Amino acid sequence: MKIGILVNEGPYQHQASDSAYMFAKAAIAKGHEIFRVFFYHDGVNNASRLTAPPTDDRNVVNRWSQLAQDHNIDMVVCIAAAQRRGMMDDNEAKRQGKDASNIAPAFRISGLGQLVEAGIQCDRLVTFGD
Amino acid sequence: MTDEMDMEEGGVVKKFMFVNRKAPYGTIYALESLEVVLISAAFEQDVSLAFVDDGVYQLMKNVNTDGIEMKSFSKTYRALEGYDIEKLYVEKESMEARGLTEDDLIVDVQVISQSEMGDLMNEQDVVLSF
Amino acid sequence: MLHIVNKSPSDRNSVDTCLGHVKPGSAVLFIEDAVYAATKGTVAEAKVKAVMPGVAVYVLEPDLNARGMQGRVLDGVKLVDYGGFVDLVTEHSTCQSWL
Repeated sequence: MKIGILVNEGPYQHQASDSAYMFAKAAIAKGHEIFRVFFYHDGVNNASRLTAPPTDDRNVVNRWSQLAQDHNIDMVVCIAAAQRRGMMDDNEAKRQGKDASNIAPAFRISGLGQLVEAGIQCDRLVTFGD
Repeated sequence: MTDEMDMEEGGVVKKFMFVNRKAPYGTIYALESLEVVLISAAFEQDVSLAFVDDGVYQLMKNVNTDGIEMKSFSKTYRALEGYDIEKLYVEKESMEARGLTEDDLIVDVQVISQSEMGDLMNEQDVVLSF
Repeated sequence: MLHIVNKSPSDRNSVDTCLGHVKPGSAVLFIEDAVYAATKGTVAEAKVKAVMPGVAVYVLEPDLNARGMQGRVLDGVKLVDYGGFVDLVTEHSTCQSWL
């Protein structure tokens, strides 16, 4: 089946991102396709390549990047939510006149339409949040 | 699910329900939920909004956010009609448990029971909860 | 449909509200802090038991174990792992997360 995932909370503060990751991994193991993971609300913070968690803990951001690269998953960060919270890719940083970007590999910034599209295209859409 | 979908103008029309269960301003969920709702209108889907629990507080009349330096989004609920989003359901039990009546709300809504809300949810293709 | 809840029943009303909306033939899955709702002696016990004749109730075992609540699960509640979670999602036509 084609499955979409919505992540509404950032890393570490809530379990939402962890649960979504474990769910995605299990779905892939069962032969399902993860059509898209959409990061909304504080969930956009999952895309920060500047996180530096203790080395004996899981690395939430790297884990998502790796999973996306290994399985060709489209990971979309909501642009409106990202702009509010200071998440920028190179293009967006230039456009906004910021001196740095901070998006981790395999994440891309795009509009909310990508979430609605996932709802339309996927057989199931599963939300993880607070 | 496939049998419940209609084909219109070559595109898929799904039943989308946005379930609002959180009060406004204390957190950003109500505002960012509304942003998804507005985007969904562009996709010509069959959209419903449900207001349950503290979500009914989002529809209060007389909102004045001047003193907290936040933008009020009350008027957006009134603008939904212009986007052809006309299915607004408020749960009777939630409203009554908060001492509210339909007259306290900024838009025309359909007040339905918790049991009817459960039936309505069951009929959806995609349920997004914020 | 599948109802997913992730809040402790003694902290928020998500479990309560979910159980009020659930229809016979649907399923409820307790994950994260909602695993407490699947255990004995909580404020939610009577309500969970009340829906169980017509509604299948599941709890995510990794979350249950992470909270030291294994062995306290209500009779009739089924344990699933993440693979079982995926199966529940695909077996039901829609899912709703009660956040």
